[in-house]
Amino acid sequence: MTATLMEGSEAIAEAMIAAGCRFFTGYPMTPFTEVLEHMARRLPEVGGACVNAESELEAVGMAWGAAVTGTRSATGSTGQGLSLMQESIAEAALAQIPLVILNMARAQGDYFQATRGGGHGDYRTPVLAPLDVAEAVTLVQQAFHLADRWRTPVVLFADYYTAHTYASVDPTPLDLGPLPVKDWALDGSTSGTGQARLVSPLGDTKRRDRPGYDLNDFYTRMAAKTAAMVDGVERMAEVVDCDDADLVVVAFGTAAKYARAAVAELRADGRRVGLVRPITLFPFPDAALRDAAAGARLVAVYENNQGQMVDDVRLALDGAVPTRFVGGLSLDSSGFGIAPDYDVEVLRRRFAGVLDEMEGS
Amino acid sequence: MIHRSDELRVVTVDGRAVLDTDGAPQGARLVDDFTPTLVDEGHHHLCPGCGEPIAMRSVLETLEEIDVVSRSIGVFGIGCYTAFSNNLDCEVAQALHGRAPSVATGIKRAKPDTVVFTIQGDGDMVNEGLQEVIHAAARGERITCVMLNNGVFGETGGHITATTVLGQRTKNTLDGRDGREHGYPIRLSNLLVDLEGVAFVGRCAVNNAGNVARTRKMLQRAFEVQVADVGFSFVEILTMCPTGWFIDTLEAPAYLDERLAATHTLGVLKDVAAG
Repeated sequence: MTATLMEGSEAIAEAMIAAGCRFFTGYPMTPFTEVLEHMARRLPEVGGACVNAESELEAVGMAWGAAVTGTRSATGSTGQGLSLMQESIAEAALAQIPLVILNMARAQGDYFQATRGGGHGDYRTPVLAPLDVAEAVTLVQQAFHLADRWRTPVVLFADYYTAHTYASVDPTPLDLGPLPVKDWALDGSTSGTGQARLVSPLGDTKRRDRPGYDLNDFYTRMAAKTAAMVDGVERMAEVVDCDDADLVVVAFGTAAKYARAAVAELRADGRRVGLVRPITLFPFPDAALRDAAAGARLVAVYENNQGQMVDDVRLALDGAVPTRFVGGLSLDSSGFGIAPDYDVEVLRRRFAGVLDEMEGS
Repeated sequence: MIHRSDELRVVTVDGRAVLDTDGAPQGARLVDDFTPTLVDEGHHHLCPGCGEPIAMRSVLETLEEIDVVSRSIGVFGIGCYTAFSNNLDCEVAQALHGRAPSVATGIKRAKPDTVVFTIQGDGDMVNEGLQEVIHAAARGERITCVMLNNGVFGETGGHITATTVLGQRTKNTLDGRDGREHGYPIRLSNLLVDLEGVAFVGRCAVNNAGNVARTRKMLQRAFEVQVADVGFSFVEILTMCPTGWFIDTLEAPAYLDERLAATHTLGVLKDVAAG
């Protein structure tokens, strides 16, 4: 494929197809709807299936079922719809279901839902947050790779801007390296062989292997597996102009696209400011942030919410650098996450104000 | 044939001497093993008189009978019967409470050549996940949903479900289910009949040999309809739960006839392929 101009939703859909996703399901909700439309049209053309689920509860169940067969499978919604899916996402982590979940979020208020997991239990899921459509095309494919590598649900945290911005992209399949064979997947062929497979959130041992389900043993092993995943998933961040920066701005996703441009303008004016953009929201890029902010006097966190990622920034810095929240909820009347504050001049002035204050003090 | 031994084995449990009822009595001779082929380990911990093992056996034997074992996948809900989800020589995907029809849908859509069935109780299917089974049925998913209906939450110890019959005493309807106070039982099989995607609906029971034989026939039809790609098939099996009904084990088969089956009447409700 060559670079083609397409809407973000279509680019995400094409990236999923390039990644080998052959099952998709969902329930319409802005700004997730267009991804569902594209998948409903495209999957049958490539031999896959797309089911229009009657609810988000059923969507995540269907995606779980398809993934159990070893088929690359995905679903998604906005944060609201994902609230309905949380029970299944939590248990899918225990059942070790490789699943990609698109959070086409409204603004950034769902950071905690995505990174903490909105469901019950002691689980974590990797979360990838693209800057824009072009990066989404890459991260979508990485999400499927991570899901298969760690047998886990993976969340892609995008938004209205990612869904509806047109960009010229090339959703060619990426070679992300080898993956374990899916020797656990179900297709019926092990039934009646004495070695029939089981995929269950209650355990992976069968009665024939005694003692069957043992939740203490299983949860303990899954906790160790989660710890290995948290250690093993590459923590990604973009670091811009932080070497001599007095002020380091931290932002993610679409907000970071505007923050990055504002920081570039301030740099052009000779101000000592840099930017760190977490790409993996979980696991959080602690070390990259610590290194980037080592010489800074202040870290300013910009998010379109009441302050959520700022907690992770403070945990990462552990008091090494003073940290201030400079974001805030910015919405238009639609509530879809269209933010008047996503304006380079607005953010330039906001960051300049922080710099002025620092220099005055 | 029952073999007895005069030497009963006594074991100590929590400091008390009790008869060991696990396994065959000492000195007994095994003359035949009736464990279904597709069960890994015959021993289970469900209550005496429970109908669920009979229903489970009926499903497994049907898979063998119609020769689809090597492409069969079961999807289990949550209830007492979940004890079987890690004990079958049949591939199993364990689902969440109420969610089995969607998981089964995903499996079947991803691998259309498989034979996919769900095992769910009335609490799982009619309470927690009613919309799932209705939507799967309306879509005409080529899956077979099996509901084990005992009209009570057995696993929690005997609480009212959406299928509990009027007058039945449960732990949270101590004076019996009263329609005006607790609502009326849902006859799920009857609800499904009108949906165009549904090819087969049958309600049967496992409280006597004749009914077990009829259960086997209905299961066979349901799976045949799936294999023939006709549509959604549904078998509701009434099962005994003497523990959850608070009656003697031996009374349970008659209680099923007199109470449960009086509301949830037995019979084939729909078979489009049969005309």
